[in-house]
Parts: sequence; C-alpha cells; structure tokens
Amino acid sequence: MIDPVFLAEAAINGLLLGGVLALLALGLNLIFGVIDIVWIAYVDLVMLCMYAVYFVVQVYGWPIWVGGLVSVALGALLGIAVHVLIISPILTSAPVNQLLATGGLLFFLQSFATFLWTTDHRSVRLTLPRLEILDMPISVARLIAFALAIVAMLGLYLFLTRTYIGTAIRAVSQDREAMALMGANPQRVYVVTSAVGGAMAGLAAALLIIQYAVHPFFGAAFGPITFMICVLGGLGNMVGAFVASFIMSEVIAVSGVIWSTEMGYVIAFVVFIVMIFVRPGGILARRG
Amino acid sequence: MAARALGLVLLLALAGLPFVPMAGMRQYTIHVLVQIFIWSFIGGAWALMGRFGLTSLGHGAFLGLGAYTSTLLWNSFGLTPWLGAVVAVLLTAGLAVIVAYPCSRFQVVGHYFGLVTLAVGEVVRLLIIAERDWTGGSLGLTVKPAGGDSVLALQFADRRVFYYGALVLWLAGLGVWRWVDRSMARSAMEAIGEDETAAASVGIHVTRFKVGITVLSAALTAIGGIAYAQYISYVNPDTLAGIGVSLRIVFAVVLGGMYSLLGPTVGTALTIALAEYLRVLFGLKFIGMAETIYGLLLILFIIFLPAGIYGSARELLRRRRTVAA
Amino acid sequence: MLALTNVTAGYGAFTALWDVSLRVDAGEAVAVVGPNGAGKTTLMRVISGLIAPRAGTLTFEGKAIGGRPAYEIVGRGIAHVPEGRRIFPALSVADNLKMGAFLPAARATFAESLARVHALFPALAERRAQRAGSLSGGEQQMLAIGRALMSRPKLILLDEPSMGLAPVMVLRLFDLIRRVRQEGYTILVVEQNVRQVLKLVDRAYLLEVGRIKMEGRAAALAEQDFVRKAYVGL
Repeated sequence: MIDPVFLAEAAINGLLLGGVLALLALGLNLIFGVIDIVWIAYVDLVMLCMYAVYFVVQVYGWPIWVGGLVSVALGALLGIAVHVLIISPILTSAPVNQLLATGGLLFFLQSFATFLWTTDHRSVRLTLPRLEILDMPISVARLIAFALAIVAMLGLYLFLTRTYIGTAIRAVSQDREAMALMGANPQRVYVVTSAVGGAMAGLAAALLIIQYAVHPFFGAAFGPITFMICVLGGLGNMVGAFVASFIMSEVIAVSGVIWSTEMGYVIAFVVFIVMIFVRPGGILARRG
Repeated sequence: MAARALGLVLLLALAGLPFVPMAGMRQYTIHVLVQIFIWSFIGGAWALMGRFGLTSLGHGAFLGLGAYTSTLLWNSFGLTPWLGAVVAVLLTAGLAVIVAYPCSRFQVVGHYFGLVTLAVGEVVRLLIIAERDWTGGSLGLTVKPAGGDSVLALQFADRRVFYYGALVLWLAGLGVWRWVDRSMARSAMEAIGEDETAAASVGIHVTRFKVGITVLSAALTAIGGIAYAQYISYVNPDTLAGIGVSLRIVFAVVLGGMYSLLGPTVGTALTIALAEYLRVLFGLKFIGMAETIYGLLLILFIIFLPAGIYGSARELLRRRRTVAA
Repeated sequence: MLALTNVTAGYGAFTALWDVSLRVDAGEAVAVVGPNGAGKTTLMRVISGLIAPRAGTLTFEGKAIGGRPAYEIVGRGIAHVPEGRRIFPALSVADNLKMGAFLPAARATFAESLARVHALFPALAERRAQRAGSLSGGEQQMLAIGRALMSRPKLILLDEPSMGLAPVMVLRLFDLIRRVRQEGYTILVVEQNVRQVLKLVDRAYLLEVGRIKMEGRAAALAEQDFVRKAYVGL
C-alpha cells in the first residue's frame, strides 16, 4: 500500500509541474492557432532561454528576477526572429516543408548549443526557504514557478480578451481572410503572436531552470511531453491544452510514485496512444 | 528508351562495384553505399505516404519497433530475423492502424497529423529508453553474434554480402513504388489528397486507402530498420527511433523529391554524402558543428529549394526545353 | 469612384473573369447579377484585394488598387462584406464590431461609428455580448454589414447578402441596405436574387461565365426577359 502522503505529495508536484507545462502548451497552441504552423523547435527555444538565465544568474551573478526578465525579452525576440527569418518565407509552402523548416531549426539549435556549451548539465542554484505542508516537503521553487505560470496564463487570457490586438489575434485564428478585410496586416499580427509565444517560452524557461538543469537536449526530454499535451488537448484548443497539461502531469507524477519514474512516463504514453485512438481531435473536441 | 539504357548501365555498374579495385577505399565505399541503399529504401517507404499528403514525422517509431522486435527476439529466443521480421511487421502494422485509423476517421491532417506522428515516434523512443532492463535503454543493444556467417541469423563477415542484399532491397523498394504507382491505389490516393469529401462521394473508401498505405509504408520501414540493425549489428533508440531519424528521412526525401521514383534515392545519397563530408571535415574537433551546419543547410534548402533538387532540376530542364522549342 | 478596365482574374490555372470593365460613381448603388459560377465573388475579391488581377486596371478615387494587398485597400475606403458573412464566430457581437474598426482612422471615431451602427441595427446593440456564432443568419448578415460600416468606408462591397436567408429576412435585409444607402454610402452589390436587388440599385451589370454581357439602368434591365424567366428570385 502506498502511503497516502506520498500520493498526495506526488499529486501536488504533478499539479505544480502541470502549471509550467501548460505555459509551454499554450504558447505552442497560440502560434499554431493563429499562424497554422507547428514550431517543432519550440522547446529548444526554451532551452536557449534557460541557458540565458543560467549565464545571467549563475555566471554573472545577477538576481533571478533579472534573469527572468532577460529570458522573457530574449524569448520574444527569438519568437520574432523565427517568424521573420524562417516562417515568413514558407507561409505558403506545403505542410511537409513547413514542418521540416522548424525541424531543421531543432537540429540547428540542439547542435549549436552542444558546440557552444557542451553537453554538460547546468543549473541555477537558488537558496530558498524549506517548506513543509502537512508533513510533505514542497519545493518552494516549484511553488513559485507554478504561481508565476498561473499569473502569466491569466495575463494571457486578459491580453487575448481585453486588448485590441489580443482580440485581433483571436479573430485571425478564426478567420484570417476576414481579418485582412478589416484592414489588419496579417504579417503584423503574426509577428505579435510570435513575440507573445516566444515570451511565454522565455518565461517558461526561467521557471524551469530553477527546477531542472539545462543541457542541449533538454528539448528531447520536454518536447515530446509538450507535443503530447497539445495533441491531447486538441491542437489549437487553448482550454484543451490547459486541461491536458494537468492530466498529463498528474498521470506522470502519480504513476511515478506508485511504480517508478519510468513507468510514469510509460503510462502517460499509453494514455496518449489510447486517447489518440479514441479522440484524436483532442479531449475537448466535438465528435465527428 | 535512353533512360532505360542508362538505368541498366547504372545497375550493372552497381552490381560490379564490389569487384572493382579501389585502392583501399573499397570497404568504405561499400559501407556508404549499403547505407544509401537501405535508407533510400526507407525513404521510399516514407514517400509512399508523403506523396499523398500524409506527412509522417514519426517513422522512427516503425524503424525502432521493427528493429528492436527482431533484435530482441533473436537475442532472447534465438528466433531468426527472417521470422522476427514477420513479427516485427505485424506489430508495426498494428501500430500503423492504431495511428492511421482514427486520424483518418476524424480528418486529422497536415500539421496536426505531423504532430501526432511526431509524438508517437518520440513515445516509442522514450519507451525504449524507459524499459532499459530489457531494451538496453539509451546504451542500445548489440545483436548477439551468431559466430560466423549465417543466412539464418542474417549475419555475414563479408560486407559484400550485405552490399548485394541491400542492393536487392533497394530495387525491391523501387518495385513496390512502381506497383503502387500503377495501381488503383494511386489514383484513389491522389483524389483523396485533392478533395477528400469529393473522393468519398464517388465511392472511394478513404479510410481504407489511408490506413492501407500507412500500413504498407510502416511495414516496409520496419523491414528497412531490421536490415540496418542486422548490418551494423547494433540498435540504439536515437539512431532508430525518435524525432532525429524521422526528420532525417523526411528531409532526404523532400530534398530529392518525393513524387518521383528515384527522388528518395537521390535525396538520401546527397544527405548521406553531406553527413559523411561534414563528419570527415570536423572529425572530433568542434563537436556539434557538423550537425549545426546540417540543420542550417536543412533550413536553407527548405526555404530556397522547396521542390527539392530533383523537382527543381526537372523544372529547369523543362523550361530549357520549352525555350528551345 | 471605382473603375475596372479590362480586368482578367482567376485562381491558379483557372480564369474566372475575362476582360471585365465596370464603374461605380460616388453615391450610386450598382448591382452585378448573374448565375452561379459567373465569377461574381471573384469580382468582389479582386476589388477588395484578396486576389490580384492577371490583367487590366482597377482604380479607386483615381488611384490604382489592382494587386494591392487587402488590408491596404480597406485603408483606402473599400469595405468588403464577404460571401457567407464570415463573422468571427467565437467572438462576441461587440468584439466583431470592434474588429471592424481596426484601422487607426476608424478607431479614432469608434464611438460615433458604433452609435451609427446601433441606430441602423438595434438588434446588434441588444445582443452585444452574445457569441456571434449563435446569431441567426439574418442577424449575422446585419453584423457583417455593421462590421463593414465600422471602418468608415466610402464604398461597400456586398457579396450575396441574401444567400441562405429566409424570404422574410431577405426583404428586411434589402430594406436595411436601402437605409445604409440613404446614409450616403456608395454600394456595389453582387446578388443572385435579381428581382430584389434591381429594386434597390440605380444600375446593374449582368455577368455570365466571367464576362459582362449586359449593363444599364436597373429599371431597364428589370424589363428584360431573362430576369423574368431565367433567374428565379426567391
């Protein structure tokens, strides 16, 4: 019998992780929903930003919040760069070419990072108070990351619903041509969307580097989970992605403590494959 | 007619190659050619789906499932890879159905389909790593040596046997392509690719064709994976599963042109040649630089040569011909 | 105001419009009628910039607009209410109207434009928080027109406004378009419902298989046999 305290602890950790995963999934979904292109290299952009935080905080000694700001700004810039340099030229190409372009970016980022910084794992060491709730040790870093992720997602929600450009972004994702007829230059909307998506990646990076070490193949670890969450929630479906993030993270966390970390992943994968078979449009997709 | 004659000459050249004196470069040349044959075969298998708009980014799943199945059955039970291949093909076909059937029913296409297959490919890779107790994890698995040449074990000391085997495999792949090209399936799939609803309305069983072509592609890919595993006597989740190898396959085919018979071969030959060149150029210095340039070139090719080399070359020739006329 | 001269346009290998010339003067209401597949929607899309013309010239207020991107042409004062409405289904009615005023010049006069639209279409004021996708066909059409008005256009292009609407709604709709016209907007409308639209406009063109076959005052065209027989208005 598993001690219910362990289960509860795992469930809480799953929840906390889910928050940051949701940031990743939402960023990816936002870009796909508006521009219709999947950035396969999205989590590798996160990896780059994680390195940035590492250098700013661990190597140059700036406080973590500076690192966070740098990361978000860098993320936004990278987002714009990716769109302008790689996505824009292939907006009208066949899907396979578009996927290969961001796939090529993935190769490029992972190997360039290897070349620049080797495969050594780097982490940011923060001295944080110890926290115990009901006899369960809770990582304060994780808690802060979760809180900030939730705040960010609320911010995103407000941005998309209350601001002009945010509503325009939602409109473009519903009908790109109609929005052009409103006088909106689609390219500008795409650039803003890419910047926002990139900024989210940057924020996620800052939240992840305080929990995990970064290395060039970080994307290989977190990428698949992010993709699975996006598929599970229905590609382009923001609410679905949000829900799916927590489902996935809970499955991994709880199975991880009942069996083993590896089994946790295995079960998550099985859930994923089953879900594909039952509802490939995503859990919140309408049938047929 | 000229093309046929040229093809025959090329074939004879390839057949005779292992006996041509090459000043010590022969082993290396044969090695590279075997890789080209096998990966062209796999690329052609992918192209069977790709040419009809089913862009799979997860063919690594089929490679890995196939290669690991036959290797594990041989290592643990001594089951000859010939039969192991049958089991592998069945399992891979099953996976193909699990993925293709719902995607077809719910019209998951384009980027979405790419993402689903990507995730599946990664799932297989991570599963292999997770179950390290019997799969060897990220360290991979060596194919248990049969101790000497054995047709049953598909292991040979002389590389030339593999050379001819791979050559035959490659030709067989071209044959399958030709067969699909000439069959009803091709017209049906093209109709589906253009307008699924219209195709369905004229009685084309969309799901059946989509699943069918996916199963065929998956099965052939598994066979290719087994061939590769037997050749290098080693399986590893990163070389035979996951997004890395999946993207490489797609890149090679798109580069060479996925709508033509020899497109995948041309593309594969070029990418392998490129990879070898970069490897030799950088050797062990600047670890990661070779891959970085590979990725960069990939991006540039996609942006500037969307029709692939074969496709672009054809366009150029066609334009020259019309100008001359 | 708007002049097309020998415009040829199409999609890919297919040509939908051949050598089309027409004009719309300021303050006029002009119709383009014709059967299904005549190229009417292509005509609208070429004018609003969604497609580039293959040949010929298009000018608006004396300046060339052929081949300019859609968002720029909207900026010049042409609003296109597309076929099928194309309202943003998941946005609210209010948000849809907000999007109509995307242009900086339109945003500056947002409150005034909104008041005007609400005066013309009171139903939109009532349902401002409602999800646009849940509106009825007629209400969606009103929203689409209202949205176009938000951009302070000089010329309004209406593509098949009566399509898919119940007969009662169609009459109400044309009444509303009449009122819009009375507000001073210049209108170019493309319609299959020949009888109703000829009652609304000053002049009309007949487009068949991509070519202008006939043109003239609306009253004169209404007398033609083809109107009576061939194109059954609902």
